[in-house]
Amino acid sequence: MAAAIETYGRQIEELARAQGLDYFPVQFEEVPDSFMMEVAVYGLPVRMPHWSFGVRYIYQLIQHRMGHSRLFEVVFPGNPGRAYLARGNSLAENTLVVAHVLGHADFSRHNELFRRSQQEVGYRIVDQAADHARQIAAAIEEHGAARVEQVLDAALALEAHIDVFRGLRREAYPEFVAGQVASDDTFRQRFHQLPGDERPVAAAEPRRRAPLPPHPEKDLLWFIARYAPELEGWERDIFLAVREESFYFYPVFACQIMNEGWASYWHARLLREADFIPQHEYLDAIKAHSDVVRPHAADRQASLAINPYHLGFCMWESIMDNLGPRKAFEIRAQDDDFSFVRNYLSAELAEELKLFRYTATADGTVEVAERDINALRDAILAPKYNFGAPAVAVRGVDTDGTLHLVHDHASDGRGLDADRAARVLGYLQRVWRRPVRLETVDGRGEACVIDAPAA
Amino acid sequence: MNLPSTFSGCSAGGEDWYELFSRGARDWLRHNEKLRRAVREKLPEVLGNAEMSGTDPGRTVRVPVRFLEHYRFRLREADEAVGAGQGDVRPGDRLAQPGAARPGQDKGEGGDGEGGLQLVLELKVDDIVDWLWEELELPNLQPRNGVTLDEDYQREGWSRRGVRSRLDRRRSMKESLKRRAVDPAGPAFTDEDLRFRQLVTRRQPATQAVVFFAMDVSSSMRDRDRQLAKTFFFWVVQGLRRQYSRLELVFVAHTVKAWEFPEAEFFQVRGSGGTVASSAFSLVSEIIAERYDPACYNLYFFYGSDGENFKDDHEAASAGLAAITALASFSGYVETPASEDRGLDTETAGLFREQADAGRPVDSYALTSSESVWAAIRAFFRQQATAGAG
Repeated sequence: MAAAIETYGRQIEELARAQGLDYFPVQFEEVPDSFMMEVAVYGLPVRMPHWSFGVRYIYQLIQHRMGHSRLFEVVFPGNPGRAYLARGNSLAENTLVVAHVLGHADFSRHNELFRRSQQEVGYRIVDQAADHARQIAAAIEEHGAARVEQVLDAALALEAHIDVFRGLRREAYPEFVAGQVASDDTFRQRFHQLPGDERPVAAAEPRRRAPLPPHPEKDLLWFIARYAPELEGWERDIFLAVREESFYFYPVFACQIMNEGWASYWHARLLREADFIPQHEYLDAIKAHSDVVRPHAADRQASLAINPYHLGFCMWESIMDNLGPRKAFEIRAQDDDFSFVRNYLSAELAEELKLFRYTATADGTVEVAERDINALRDAILAPKYNFGAPAVAVRGVDTDGTLHLVHDHASDGRGLDADRAARVLGYLQRVWRRPVRLETVDGRGEACVIDAPAA
Repeated sequence: MNLPSTFSGCSAGGEDWYELFSRGARDWLRHNEKLRRAVREKLPEVLGNAEMSGTDPGRTVRVPVRFLEHYRFRLREADEAVGAGQGDVRPGDRLAQPGAARPGQDKGEGGDGEGGLQLVLELKVDDIVDWLWEELELPNLQPRNGVTLDEDYQREGWSRRGVRSRLDRRRSMKESLKRRAVDPAGPAFTDEDLRFRQLVTRRQPATQAVVFFAMDVSSSMRDRDRQLAKTFFFWVVQGLRRQYSRLELVFVAHTVKAWEFPEAEFFQVRGSGGTVASSAFSLVSEIIAERYDPACYNLYFFYGSDGENFKDDHEAASAGLAAITALASFSGYVETPASEDRGLDTETAGLFREQADAGRPVDSYALTSSESVWAAIRAFFRQQATAGAG
């Protein structure tokens, strides 16, 4: 089969390049279905061991056995890109997957968010993650599984708590407050140049230590790795490994609708133009396509979730039709899901796709809300803000080493789940090795402080 | 210039190689290991709630558990959650959502919201008893040196004659080597070289025991009381099994009269009428006399009751109980009092206290909840361990 898919793959590639898709070469590999399933669970082909992956694995396995989920493709951006084809798929399906993967490869080479992430993280994430896994295996060898697991419990719990805008490579905060606050203020500088006002001689005032952190710090992984009082070297390495992988995952998360839509658009288009594929195989492939981009509500009256493949696919079709391919290529380079949905999901398209907004109350009543395209866009995007995690930041470190976290409940609209938060603080306390506390609000909106449970 | 993409399949047999190193399975096993440890930490609840039936050795109890959750920061449940959906609906429509799918909840980590999967752990009773032992930091129980002796076969010495199955090859080889050291020209083996293990009968400390469970089944005993008593009995038996290679159980139920029951029926028995404890005590004494020679068996006696007994029965019960405690290695009284504050302040508790005061190995336990069952089991094992070690 590898030979057959290679023949088709080469021809699909020619078509793709002719259409203007531009990508780093992709290494396709045919693998057993079980491998595909694990990649879907771990997010990367070889990744650090952690028991929480085992739980996800078992759910995936059950879903798979019950036939609820079929894994089609997994692709990792990079140079070269890596993609896996499930051996259980038919030739037609895998031809479709090749086309789909080329769409992803084009997207990840040109999309600004992906480009920046790859420049920072590197172009060989698959190998880098495997290196991390090896490094952690070595740590287990040296320090025992229990200790490594403690560190991973903490680091993976904070997986989403990075600050993508400040970037992967960061300098430590300045240790002291800048000597003269005014010195770099251009207005003051010019004011002092005016005649008659001699600048006072800079008093030899003692340098003041800068507060730690100087501003609320959202990159919890970095902060702990950098400033935990007694973190050992190998523990820091684990934190940084998890953090690096998070930076890799961020664009995948923040561009899911666009990226999957783009890949689906191109696999459909390339397949339509692939006249070398026999009729019956083409039909198989098109059936596979319609399974992928099928709205969740296809066999029900309504679904309370939107299939991102479907939404993205339809949006790209409408963009291609209305704005033309030039503009489409520009959008794929410059936007992320937030701007994509805000700018290009029109009220007409939302209506055509039968998208709706609903409210669900705690007693289980679900009511369809008024049509309002802005509110609908917000409802689609709400789970994607801040890497999908509550806005928790480091506020300060006390003289006794207590780590103060603060939850921005105003931007999240409500407080944290207190029980879970306390458990997470418990994980953190074991690596911070000093007390850890968190401010948030309770169910009535009153400020409350959560402490890590006593060990 | 763009390099072309490459295609490769995995080599034949790659799949088998892969299965051996399934990371998902590895992490799943790790999860289960942690889960077992978590269950172990909540042992009292497990003991109180686990479904148990029968008391055969080598059995398991089934404990329903939830998957472990790897906790993350998460917002508390909103009073009103907003989400986006797709389908043929109009504003104001109410959608039926059994199980209330709420946005942002469907991707939970383990824990809830994952399709209601439940895991049932099968725990070996032996393992649980091991944990109990560790938890209680008990010394290993010594085999009880009963008054009595069993006859048992033991290996002792070698003989030149014997059956093939008892041939001691190493010993025979040695003999052959010795002989050939003197006479190197001799044959490799002769009949003279063969050595057979010999068996002799030896008298040994008794390793058999009989446990009597007597229970008041008069109308005043409620279902909850029976369940508590049953749980306690169950774990007592598990503990005693470690000390004795053979353990027999005798179940006696009584109201104003006493009957012996098979185990399966014992905990279902319902009686009506009053409570005459002496009936049970004398039946137990009869059974001992008939079937269990105190010279050959270690005797354990447990009596479960809500504490009520006919006033007129005091003398008879006291005498009957004294007859049993004189023979038994241990006697236990399990009271399921009507209210917590009245525990062990009853007529029957008084009977047992008399025996304890007389220096007999007797103890009493009040069971009011599954936690108190745990406390009672702990107390019983402690008592046994110190008695066993001493």
